Amino acid sequence: MKYWVAFKGIVIREMWRFWHQKARLVSALVRPLLWLVVFAAGFRAALGIAIIPPYDTYITYDVYIMPGLAGIILLFNGMQSSLSMVYDREMGSMKILLTSPLPRPFLLVSKLVAGAIISLLQAYAFFLIAWLLGIEVPLMGYVYAAPALLITALMLGALGLLLSSFIKQLENFAGVMNFVVFPMFFLSSALYPLWKLKESNEWLYWVSAYNPFTHGVELIRFALYESWNPTATWVTLVTTVVFCGVAIWGYDPKRGMQQKKKPSK
Amino acid sequence: MKSWILPAMMMAASPAMADIAYVSNEKDDTLTLIDTDALEVLQTIDVGMRPRGIIFSHDYKYLYICASDSDAVQVLDVATNKIIHNLPSGEDPEQFALHPNNHHLYIANEDDAVVTVVDTEKRDVVAQIDVGVEPEGMAASPDGKWVINTSETTNMLHWIDASTQELVDNTLVDQRPRHVEFTKDGKTVWSSSEIGGTVSIVDVASKAITHTINFKIPGVHRDKIQPVGVKLTNNGKYAFVALGPANHVAVVDAKTYEVLDYLLVGRRVWMLEFANDQKLLLTTNGVSGDVSVIDTDDLKVIKTLKVGRYPWGVAVKP
Repeated sequence: MKYWVAFKGIVIREMWRFWHQKARLVSALVRPLLWLVVFAAGFRAALGIAIIPPYDTYITYDVYIMPGLAGIILLFNGMQSSLSMVYDREMGSMKILLTSPLPRPFLLVSKLVAGAIISLLQAYAFFLIAWLLGIEVPLMGYVYAAPALLITALMLGALGLLLSSFIKQLENFAGVMNFVVFPMFFLSSALYPLWKLKESNEWLYWVSAYNPFTHGVELIRFALYESWNPTATWVTLVTTVVFCGVAIWGYDPKRGMQQKKKPSK
Repeated sequence: MKSWILPAMMMAASPAMADIAYVSNEKDDTLTLIDTDALEVLQTIDVGMRPRGIIFSHDYKYLYICASDSDAVQVLDVATNKIIHNLPSGEDPEQFALHPNNHHLYIANEDDAVVTVVDTEKRDVVAQIDVGVEPEGMAASPDGKWVINTSETTNMLHWIDASTQELVDNTLVDQRPRHVEFTKDGKTVWSSSEIGGTVSIVDVASKAITHTINFKIPGVHRDKIQPVGVKLTNNGKYAFVALGPANHVAVVDAKTYEVLDYLLVGRRVWMLEFANDQKLLLTTNGVSGDVSVIDTDDLKVIKTLKVGRYPWGVAVKP
């Protein structure tokens, strides 16, 4: 029961914070919409992109990047949650949370789930706008996408959590954007099919093929078209567990990165 | 139990037989057979050289194949999927039309500027009619009175009186007419012009153009918009026009002639044919070597299937 209260408390706090940061929702949606409306217009591929699974026929570029842009929403939100974690730590509210009698991994995972739920809401707001712009997927695809989005959001949230456990100050976060978010985003199947990348650079193709974000995006893409991609599912799940494990370890005052911050005796 | 009950029950229990689409692969010298329910390729059959136009006899017992480089129209026995004989077709047959009488085949001989009329039962040439340069599209009116041939270089529709096998009139249309299609009531003809980029609506009684349809796809250069195959729904609602290298099929309101939508299909879409009681429309996409399937209710492309190299013609057997 007390676990449920704590979990609910964390989720409500995150939701409350999100609700009061309207600019955050707007900016979360503006970014992918710029890609969808402006970038995709430049690369519209009016004559069609060759067929690759899960698509049954030829598609235009805007249709192709829609699941990738949902992935980008999750990626940025995952990072933003970790940013808030660094902020919380600097402001002291994280200390209050972590001094709760409940196990630390439970509190961290609750925080992760709270962040993932917000990611999910943002992704569906994006799907709605994309639908209004004429990019639709099968009706059941929107339903199947929910677990795929949730797993991917958890994976990216766990990555953020992991990074936040290693970042000592808020200022260092710019480095995360340059060294983690952008490479992860561009070296993935979000913006272009990987076979296209293979045509120009085999090395980049392999990096992208092993990028967990690629698997998250493919998981969402397949789910949106009512099919299941087992490889993507396993990679995303295993990566989530690994990232989570390392992050929890990182937040352990006895072993992780927190220890290093203590003044040496 | 009454004697008729059992067969009736068996009929009710047996699933509806799927249509089978036959697709001619110009470069592979083969036909690909597609199950139109499962939307899967069933088998591939070897035929003569460079098969292009294909049509069924009205009883679906035979499939006629224009084997252009074999200079023959081949006859395939549908029951066994074997070629049983060739018909004398004249040189380089590309498209043809079967008269409603089920035995007069009107074949366009591109190199000779003639239309050859062949009797499919007696297997002999009934007549040869001089037409314009590079004859191409062929269609017979539903009442059997008229046969129209298009000539690519003369840019005309040639009206052949089927009772006398004589050319009686011509209609000038836009550049490079490729295909003609009669409406179900036989009162109007839709004719596509590949280079002109238009579809002309021609009144059969006056043989005059009453309307011209133009196409425009955002992001696609107008030179790429080359209308070829045309199909009209029996309910008079829609016309579908294959736009060649524009990789799109135009959906046209058959009453107002307004273009309603453009559907993205494979590369260089060529010929069209309905399947499953006109619920589906199949398109042959030459350059990408596949067949796209359009749902004619939702007006959406639901699937694209790989077939042989350079699919050209398509015919469907219920």
